[in-house]
Amino acid sequence: MESVLSRIGLWFGVLLLAVVAIVTAQDSGFAAHATIVAIVAFILIWATAGSYDPLGKAQSLFRMPDTPTRYDDDVIRWGVLATLFWGMAGFLVGVIIALQLVFPELNVEPWLNFGRMRPLHTSAVIFAFGGNALIATSFYVVQRTCRAQLAFPTLARFVFWGYQLFIVLAATGYLLGITQSREYAEPEWYVDLWLTIVWVAYFAVFVGTIIRRKEPHIYVANWFYLAFIVTIALLHIVNNLALPVSLVGTKSYSLFAGVQDALTQWWYGHNAVGFFLTAGFLAMMYYFVPKQAERPVYSYRLSIIHFWSLIFLYIWAGPHHLHYTALPDWAQTLGMVFSVMLWMPSWGGMINGLMTLNGAWDKVRTDPIIRMMVLALAFYGMSTFEGPMMSIKAVNSLSHYTDWTIGHVHSGALGWNGMITFACVYFLVPRLWQRERMYSLRMINWHFWLATVGIVFYAASMWVAGVTQGLMWREYDPATGFLVNSFIDTVAALEPMYLLRAFGGLLYLTGAAVMVYNVWMTLAGRLRVEAPMSDAAYDEAADRPITAVPAE
Amino acid sequence: MSMTERHKKLEKNITLLSIGVFVTVAIGGIVEIAPLFWIDNTIEEVEGMRPYTPLEQAGRDIYIREGCYVCHSQMVRPFRDEVERYGHYSLAAESMYDHPFQWGSKRTGPDLARVGNRYSDEWHVQHLKDPQSVVPDSIMPSYSFLAEADLKVPDPAANLTALRRVGVPYSDEMVEKAAEDLKLQADPFGNAADLQARYPKAQVRDFDGNPQRLTEMDALVAYLQMLGTLVDVNSAAAQQELAQEKGR
Repeated sequence: MESVLSRIGLWFGVLLLAVVAIVTAQDSGFAAHATIVAIVAFILIWATAGSYDPLGKAQSLFRMPDTPTRYDDDVIRWGVLATLFWGMAGFLVGVIIALQLVFPELNVEPWLNFGRMRPLHTSAVIFAFGGNALIATSFYVVQRTCRAQLAFPTLARFVFWGYQLFIVLAATGYLLGITQSREYAEPEWYVDLWLTIVWVAYFAVFVGTIIRRKEPHIYVANWFYLAFIVTIALLHIVNNLALPVSLVGTKSYSLFAGVQDALTQWWYGHNAVGFFLTAGFLAMMYYFVPKQAERPVYSYRLSIIHFWSLIFLYIWAGPHHLHYTALPDWAQTLGMVFSVMLWMPSWGGMINGLMTLNGAWDKVRTDPIIRMMVLALAFYGMSTFEGPMMSIKAVNSLSHYTDWTIGHVHSGALGWNGMITFACVYFLVPRLWQRERMYSLRMINWHFWLATVGIVFYAASMWVAGVTQGLMWREYDPATGFLVNSFIDTVAALEPMYLLRAFGGLLYLTGAAVMVYNVWMTLAGRLRVEAPMSDAAYDEAADRPITAVPAE
Repeated sequence: MSMTERHKKLEKNITLLSIGVFVTVAIGGIVEIAPLFWIDNTIEEVEGMRPYTPLEQAGRDIYIREGCYVCHSQMVRPFRDEVERYGHYSLAAESMYDHPFQWGSKRTGPDLARVGNRYSDEWHVQHLKDPQSVVPDSIMPSYSFLAEADLKVPDPAANLTALRRVGVPYSDEMVEKAAEDLKLQADPFGNAADLQARYPKAQVRDFDGNPQRLTEMDALVAYLQMLGTLVDVNSAAAQQELAQEKGR
């Protein structure tokens, strides 16, 4: 590999020299000869690179099986690896920026200041970690539930690698200060255009596979994936309408201003949660929870009601991000009412997932993957109750602008999206790499507890921080009628909470690192020798019918 | 025919299902967002609003580049404590030329909607260079590089032209003089009468304490110092107009 690369580098150097010679040539004869040299160097690069197969090398590095499989799984394996990689990157940046809020000296201006790092964290976890999990699982699920191979294999690979390019452009852009300042839609116009192309290809592969299906019915998980793909396309295009200053420059100005711009952004922002982090991940739930529990989905009828009411109601909820702002009251109230209504379909989905375990509840004790799924659904239920509550204007007047919002987001993101993704990774890796099982079940258990305790630290500290901050801002001295706290008092009061939050994040990151090690060993084909997870010894004396004792 | 029977039609036809999904998700957006563009009282016009000067706009672009909105809102809500802390609650008209809006969503630091003219330029420069030197408990990062970086706007007129195309009422004269105005506003020795006629209430002076250079610090401080200063919300006329405001 190295020799191929160095040969390409040599010929590339010759090519560069030749180009320099052409540009600076004193007479046309020299330029003509330099052109011939350049052409020869170019052909040599072409020929050398032709024999170079970096993808093949990488596939053997990650021990990808090359035996033909019934389904097209290669791109899914890459998707799982990308999910792990970006997950680690996103969690790590999260811990760093959490520490920056305690120790401001950790900011390295200008590239690693909080203002540039925070979009890096949010995009890395939502779009890189979550997005790769969604693309990988959707390709996995759509093939199995349609009993068909991916419709356009080349296009599917373009979707995966094109999406990685989008992530790299977005991430490096933030650190360089290239941003539209639209939360969760920060990349500039040209990166947005690129994502649009990738997304249309994604839609084509997904729908094309459904068209090729051998099953008459489209499975419920695919409805949710479809709603996710279609709606994200709509949101992405409308929210990123902007006019570039120059076609060869990064800067653009959004088409809308002020009030209209704000509502468009939060219509997008809330539904990035609704369709990226909810509909897409519910699709994962609808396939992987029944598979792991080996039980059918609890209710078909509930699936239908859940699906249509969820996607109809979610789209209205955006204005609750703009309570008491200059947005007209009617829009705020509409957003609040629909947000409260949204509670019902959300819990409908949670119930459909949890009740699928009917008759298999013992697996919560014995199967750490099921346990992760149950915890994910529990956090989904909790944050979809908290959300409607915070969208009530009276509550929002306290919670808005505070860390309560950050806590809410993370109980959803770490608890629901993270946990269900980890469970899916543990489900997928042995199947995709044709291994008997994961390297270690006990490490999954460790991951479960590290993540759970991490979330508890995170959410609890942010609730306390948020409520403290909200109450301190509005605290009056009854004797004098003056505000009690200056702004900086409220900042200083939160320091211990910020430290606890960073600790929670560190635990969560550690759990993810355990997962990466576990996956790596599984890829290597190792099986850890360990005591079984459920080791309650059989006790004959205890194994007897309980007889009723009459009351005295 | 039961609901589940009828739903089978959708479940067996990807085209119908896709169209169904698209229509279902389009309704909410159309009903909520579209009216904001034609209902008149969405933005009550107030006196004093004008487009940003080229220097202020350059400062605003730096504000966006550095992600200031991540920790600072620019939207005072109509509560007693916020009005006493930050000033009059924000009016829709005050962000009518903001492409994009900078209302923010989190106050790790204080609201900045009315920070203009509250502190001296020297305070802002010192605070941006080393926040803890003026506010010891602050957790804000340092932005000292702004004072070292020359303000580079590749083509100020192109920025204004782009903004004009999306609806900001820049006149031909403003676009034509954009490059000149950009430098003039931070030049303590220039004649800025024309500039101030084009942009009423524009503050003209050296902002960063270094009159020899036009830096990014000049632009950012110029932007911060004008925030919330255009509309005289406490003037009688403005109060009267707000009192008559209906159906917001």
